[in-house]
Amino acid sequence: MILATIAFYFFAAICVASAVLVVTLRNPVHSVLFLILAFFNAAGLFVLLGAEFIAMTLVVVYVGAVAVLFLFVVMMLNIDKVGMKEGFQKYLPIGGIVCAILLAELILAGFGIRAAAGEAAGAASGAVVPPASTLTNTEQLGMVLYTDYFILFQSAGMILLVAMIGAITLTLRHHPRVKRQNVGDQVARDSKSTVRLVKVKSGEGVKP
Amino acid sequence: MKSSDLLLLMPEIILAVGAMVALMVGVFTKGVLSARLTLTVSLAVMVLALVALWSSGQNQLVLDPFNGLLRLDGFGLYVKSLCLIGGAMALLMGWQWLERESLGRFEIPVLVVIAILGMWLMADAHNLLSLYVGLELQSLCLFVLAAINRDHRESSEAGLKYFLLGALSSGLLLYGASLIYGATGSLGFTEIAAAVKGMGAASLSLGLLMGMVLVISGLAFKISAVPFHMWTPDVYQGSPTPVTGFFAVAPKVAAMAPLVRLLVGPFAEMQESWQQIIILMAVASMVLGAFAAITQNSIKRLLAYSSIANMGYGLIGLAVGTVDGIAGLLLYLSIYAVMTVGAFGVILLLRRGGTSLDRLSDLAGLSKHHPKTAFALAVFMFSMAGIPPLAGFFGKYFIFLSAIDAGFYVLAVVGVLSSVVAAYYYLRIVKIIYFDEARSSFEAPGRIQSWVVGVAVVLIVGYFLLPNGLINQTRAAAAPLFKTEAE
Repeated sequence: MILATIAFYFFAAICVASAVLVVTLRNPVHSVLFLILAFFNAAGLFVLLGAEFIAMTLVVVYVGAVAVLFLFVVMMLNIDKVGMKEGFQKYLPIGGIVCAILLAELILAGFGIRAAAGEAAGAASGAVVPPASTLTNTEQLGMVLYTDYFILFQSAGMILLVAMIGAITLTLRHHPRVKRQNVGDQVARDSKSTVRLVKVKSGEGVKP
Repeated sequence: MKSSDLLLLMPEIILAVGAMVALMVGVFTKGVLSARLTLTVSLAVMVLALVALWSSGQNQLVLDPFNGLLRLDGFGLYVKSLCLIGGAMALLMGWQWLERESLGRFEIPVLVVIAILGMWLMADAHNLLSLYVGLELQSLCLFVLAAINRDHRESSEAGLKYFLLGALSSGLLLYGASLIYGATGSLGFTEIAAAVKGMGAASLSLGLLMGMVLVISGLAFKISAVPFHMWTPDVYQGSPTPVTGFFAVAPKVAAMAPLVRLLVGPFAEMQESWQQIIILMAVASMVLGAFAAITQNSIKRLLAYSSIANMGYGLIGLAVGTVDGIAGLLLYLSIYAVMTVGAFGVILLLRRGGTSLDRLSDLAGLSKHHPKTAFALAVFMFSMAGIPPLAGFFGKYFIFLSAIDAGFYVLAVVGVLSSVVAAYYYLRIVKIIYFDEARSSFEAPGRIQSWVVGVAVVLIVGYFLLPNGLINQTRAAAAPLFKTEAE
């Protein structure tokens, strides 16, 4: 138990620290790298909660895809490093107020949950309790996803298809001047069709 | 899930597989005919799916396949047929226009088919999850369709605007769904209904009410009811005209279906709470739609405001919340779909010097050059204004009748008054067509467009001969919604 508590504070502290660095660092690439660190620590927190599926999804989706996308954008765009910090003083009061409200809400919610947990321990309420099972939650998800929610799983596949069609339809352009590599043509090429033997008469040269 | 459930889903499977086949046809054929071939395959898929739907006997029974994720009944069948036919007509008559603007890309028919698949999921949804997935499937297709003219500034703007606001409304809907889940412990409509009944109308939890309001807001955005209508005029104006015609018919009908299912199903016990919201939206949509359209010069913007007003009239039927009200809503939506398809068909015909026309003043002199087309547009405008023997009159009549029967006199009076205001701008179009000085002639209309417009005119004019057929259909479609509630 004490190990779990130590792990929690470890992950939480690094998560908060790297989140602060994400918004304060001057170099955008460093910011994105700390964002990735924050995601990893959040995944660690999910593992502590016993939600290993969400933890892995977080690593795969956010670290694997979203953060890499951020990195691409940051590297490709020429971001004005000084200009980004300009409004900092101006927006600090509003941002500070929002932060304070969120912090207060979190603290209040924390106390509320503690009080509710105390009540629930006293009287067994009708709250939904997950069935005690030896299966991991990844297995449990898989079991309902491909049976009970099969039709929605398939429809989600259709949505992905539409997303692909849409992305190609709206962005792919065939420029006549662009030369494309055709592997089939390249492989099918042989010496007969490309090499020509010409007998050159002396004094006349080669006509193309 | 039982494997026999898959058989029940045959029409949807045909649409999904057909869309992929059409996509492959489009990708692997080259040249000018590629897009036309894809269009033909897509239309064939739609016809096949419609035949499968009608032969499935869905209107005879009420089934909850896939663990209650979907509900197959007569209401779903009616809405699904309407979406499919409206969408197919918009695609069919818009194709020539798209080709002339060199926008005849093979992705368009594929996206339309997948959008209709999403609408079918929405119409059948009996769980907040399946509702959300269906909604996303159709909206994602619509975003791409709005921006399909990607070299055109306004089309890109329309696509971006629609995408951002659509994402916002999906967020609202999801947040509402999570609140409802928190309050009732379930996402299925049946379980939510049981939980609401258990709570009793007097002691509703605040989370449930908030969740319901947010879900209504998310869906109201999709039917563009005031105050969630801001995107409509810009998106309608910026998108290519055939796409606008598609937007004006199919998605509106599709988004109305889950709204009806939710409000008269799981939230039936909370009628007092949601009725005031729907009444407010109905009144605001009718009044704003009527007054804001008066100052418009663009035909597409005018039709956008007209569609906002029309959704307001439809919402009266939902606010009443009886079998007659929902039947009136379905009848209204059907007639609205025919009128809108016809009106957009006429707008597509109007071209001069290689460009399409969008100013109201461009319509001047239409009666001299194309008397038949002018007559058709006049019929649609008279019908939208609700002039008697035309179909539009009956649509409004049954909506107002259901409101008066249920004691909503104020709602009916506001409806009649705002339709008087709306009649002004509908009749102004008729005046421009017949009495304003003609400029130069128009291009010759295409054959397919003329046929679609002709059929729409016959339906609108001839409706009063056999009004009971459609009314009985809508009654039968609305009945299962209330039958299951009583159980």
